[in-house]
Amino acid sequence: MKQLKKTVDNSTAWEGFKGSQWQEEIDIRDFIQQNFKQYNGDESFLEGPTEATTTLNQKLIDLKLKERAAGGVLDADTKVVSTITSHAPGYLDKKLEKIVGLQTDKPMKKALMPFGGIRMAKDALNAYGFKIDPETDHVFSDLVKTHNQGVFDAYTPEIRRARHYKIITGLPDAYARGRIIGDFPRIALYGIDRLVAAKLHDLDNYGDHEMTDDVIQMREEISEQIRALNQIKEMAASYGYDISKPATNAQEAMQWLYFGYLAAIKQQNGAAMSIGRIDTFLDVYIERDLERGVLTEKAAQELIDQFTMKLRMVSFIRTPEYNSLFSGNPIWATLSIAGMGLDGRHHVTKTAYRFLNTLKDMGPAPEPNITLLWSEKLPEPFKKYAAGVSVESSTIQYENDDLMVKQWGTDYYGIACCVSAQPIANGIQYFGARANLAKTVLYAINGGKDEIGKAQVGPAYEPITSEYIDYDEFMKKFDPMLDWLADIYVNALNTIHYMHDKYYYESAQLALKDTRLDRTFATGISGLSVAADSISAIKYGHVKVIRDENGIAVDFKTDQDFPRYGNNDDRADKIAVWLVKSLYTKMNKHHLYRGAKLSTSVLTITSNVVYGKNTGTTPNGRQKGDPFSPGANPAYGAETSGALASLLSVAKIPYKYATDGVSNTFAVTPSTLGHDESLEADTLVNMISGYMKNNGHHLNINVFNRDTLLDAQKHPEKYPTLTIRVSGYCVYFADLTKEQQDDVISRTFHQTM
Amino acid sequence: MAGEKHVTQHALRQRPVPMRDGQVVGYVHSTESFGAVDGPGIRFVVFVQGCNMRCQFCHNPDTWKKNVGTQMTSDEILKMALPYRQFWGKKGGITLSGGEILVQIEFAIELFTKCKKLGINTCLDTCGQPFTRREPFFSKFKQLMEVTDILLVDIKHINSDEHRKLTGYRNENILDMCQYLSDIGKPVWIRHVLIPQRTDYDNYLAQLGDYIKTLKNVKKVEVLPYHTLGVPKYHEMGIKYALEGIEPPTPDRVKNAERLLHVADYRGYLED
Repeated sequence: MKQLKKTVDNSTAWEGFKGSQWQEEIDIRDFIQQNFKQYNGDESFLEGPTEATTTLNQKLIDLKLKERAAGGVLDADTKVVSTITSHAPGYLDKKLEKIVGLQTDKPMKKALMPFGGIRMAKDALNAYGFKIDPETDHVFSDLVKTHNQGVFDAYTPEIRRARHYKIITGLPDAYARGRIIGDFPRIALYGIDRLVAAKLHDLDNYGDHEMTDDVIQMREEISEQIRALNQIKEMAASYGYDISKPATNAQEAMQWLYFGYLAAIKQQNGAAMSIGRIDTFLDVYIERDLERGVLTEKAAQELIDQFTMKLRMVSFIRTPEYNSLFSGNPIWATLSIAGMGLDGRHHVTKTAYRFLNTLKDMGPAPEPNITLLWSEKLPEPFKKYAAGVSVESSTIQYENDDLMVKQWGTDYYGIACCVSAQPIANGIQYFGARANLAKTVLYAINGGKDEIGKAQVGPAYEPITSEYIDYDEFMKKFDPMLDWLADIYVNALNTIHYMHDKYYYESAQLALKDTRLDRTFATGISGLSVAADSISAIKYGHVKVIRDENGIAVDFKTDQDFPRYGNNDDRADKIAVWLVKSLYTKMNKHHLYRGAKLSTSVLTITSNVVYGKNTGTTPNGRQKGDPFSPGANPAYGAETSGALASLLSVAKIPYKYATDGVSNTFAVTPSTLGHDESLEADTLVNMISGYMKNNGHHLNINVFNRDTLLDAQKHPEKYPTLTIRVSGYCVYFADLTKEQQDDVISRTFHQTM
Repeated sequence: MAGEKHVTQHALRQRPVPMRDGQVVGYVHSTESFGAVDGPGIRFVVFVQGCNMRCQFCHNPDTWKKNVGTQMTSDEILKMALPYRQFWGKKGGITLSGGEILVQIEFAIELFTKCKKLGINTCLDTCGQPFTRREPFFSKFKQLMEVTDILLVDIKHINSDEHRKLTGYRNENILDMCQYLSDIGKPVWIRHVLIPQRTDYDNYLAQLGDYIKTLKNVKKVEVLPYHTLGVPKYHEMGIKYALEGIEPPTPDRVKNAERLLHVADYRGYLED
């Protein structure tokens, strides 16, 4: 328990705030509950950008275009290793910035982050024509051990093979695992000193004087957290702010909070570095300043705009291999807004509107990844406003708040990474990339031999040798292959998370969470639709196998049509559900690192292209190398029963098992939604609402014409900021590889004539 | 005798109503679970088979032929549609479209009667061609209106001669249906396809605009720009396409038509 004596005089900082529990203990949720003000009106109160915002935004856009023109990187640090305090203050334009702080000393200059793995850091620099400083190279190659080295010291040959032949892919074994949302508002509400005092209290009360390995590890970690807190204070001081005490107004609250986030991204280059759920919290400060008459709506919007602009600036230097998985340089500065409280009050405030308004004030952009926590009970004007923003800019994703509140038991959760819920005060998630189920189907047929590499990767079980695949025989062979996949996948992840804690501990983010954590062990599935349709083909389609000279199945012919996932046809949809439950159940037999609770996901980012590239022809008719559909989407060309049938199929994937997220990316042409903008927004509201009522979890919504994308591919200069939603995040279309652009263009567009 | 002639004519036109399991069977061309431009809200749309008119611009010539397609009962339609109910929101529901639904009016009555029992919003998308105040049609039409919440009425051309050239039929009975719907206060959306060289003339558009103003039940007026997406179907079916070479109207002409039809004056559809 964090029973604390008050160490600071908070009389001005907390003036006007109600409630006492949050004053006694660190408890942001209680603060929000006691103080936030619902807003039921429409968007008419919103103000446009200030001149300063517009000037800064133009500078940023110019820099981004320059960066794109330069091939992705303008400048990179090759010597100074990034830590919370490594760099002198950096500014976009000091005189105009209301919220300050950059990753390095210059805008767009990439930080050097070798703790995940020195080779990856060097490769990333090399890819953009930079070379690491020899001294730094020496330190990290010869003197300091990295996460990557630790993992590979422990990996078994079998794990390495599975990784090499890409049945498990994208593992965070050479970069930071990310996905931990710091409870960043803590800095604003309490100031660093109080947080240090709370952590010291926890350190004093951890363990029962018996130094077992878990107690030793935790005590070391708490000490690291305290060190990080003091460094955050030091970093803020270099920008001229004393954050030892609580913030006293809205601008300070945003700045304090942002320093916490900045520390996280200076320390970790996680695949996802989410900002959390800060809209209601910040709204309390803005409301207080508005009431005090020290802030105008225009100035409030300016703060939100400029805070958001900082999130738009975050970026890491990556290798080309990484970019092919997570295209367009996403960092998932995911910002969760709205949602419901456990007490039945919705959490729509004016600041939720203000965050959406940034898309109009500064134009669409991929970051932050704006996630609207959807409940049927949100006020109608807000739903309609958000849907209108979707129609205009395709930059919002919607997630089922009713489902997540029930699952996680708290209303103070945020979305980490693309679609995964995480309790902010005390929950963390160990990110675990994905296992390829479509390939597993082929391994079952081929007795564990890889259909592309021709090597024995899985266990050498008997392959299927008959001309036509017998469904019962296939299922008997698929089951143990799935067991093997579960084993090897969990083993790889256990290794990764052990080493990550040891060599690349997230002290900044975890300093801003409760000491006692609920951990989730995230796993993921790729190729679900391909695997489900392939099994359906085997069951209903009478599949003939064509083998190469090694006896490996390289092509398939089906004699009969077969049901496909995505048409609200239970024969196929139940196979997809069964796959998710089976893999989950098999993985859940295992010991999971630090007592974490298993979760899985059906989401693939843009990696569906790479997974497909590395997977041979599958029984559903998909050709070797063709992309998988993204996330939980039905396979390309499989949906023949219309948009809503497709949504109902995906909604059947049980969130209870896939608590890490079931991602659905939906593209629709504007004219299909309605004949005017108001009707288009209404249709979207009804569509999202229907999906959520059927227990759908997540929905990316893209509203545009295929022609627009084709033109943007041909003339990128005409569409510098065309932003689209891919599986779980937003990306500038121009930042995708040609292959991924083709993939997006070929996806199912729902349209009617 | 006039009366006798009347009976004979209708006896000739009368077809036996196909039945199965004690229900009327409809000839269905296709269904669409996600109709957002076929009446208020999101709608399950049933496109029925069969139409008397041969509109030159029709983008679904495959729906012209009668007594073909999938035979479905109203229960079968409802079984298909109801899974989507949660997408319909407050305004959405089921739309019967075509083809021309009034050709299978018994099927429409039965389906919509069941819909109303279930509290489902019903919308009829019709061009009105089969409409007549003669019996037995008129009684059936009145019965259908009892269970129809709203109609989408296509007025293909305001000038009857031009209407005949464009569709093969004159429009007097169609305008009479509009009048009847206005008299009974049944909500309608009026739609008009804007086709260069056919309907896109200021004088006709102004006439149509004036005509619509005389109706009291119009919630929405829509100008639908002619498009060529249906042309490949003609080629596939080996039917000559009468509008070959005619391009969709320019955005300026669409705006012009919207002005002449007073589209902006009809905001009733935005109300709940």
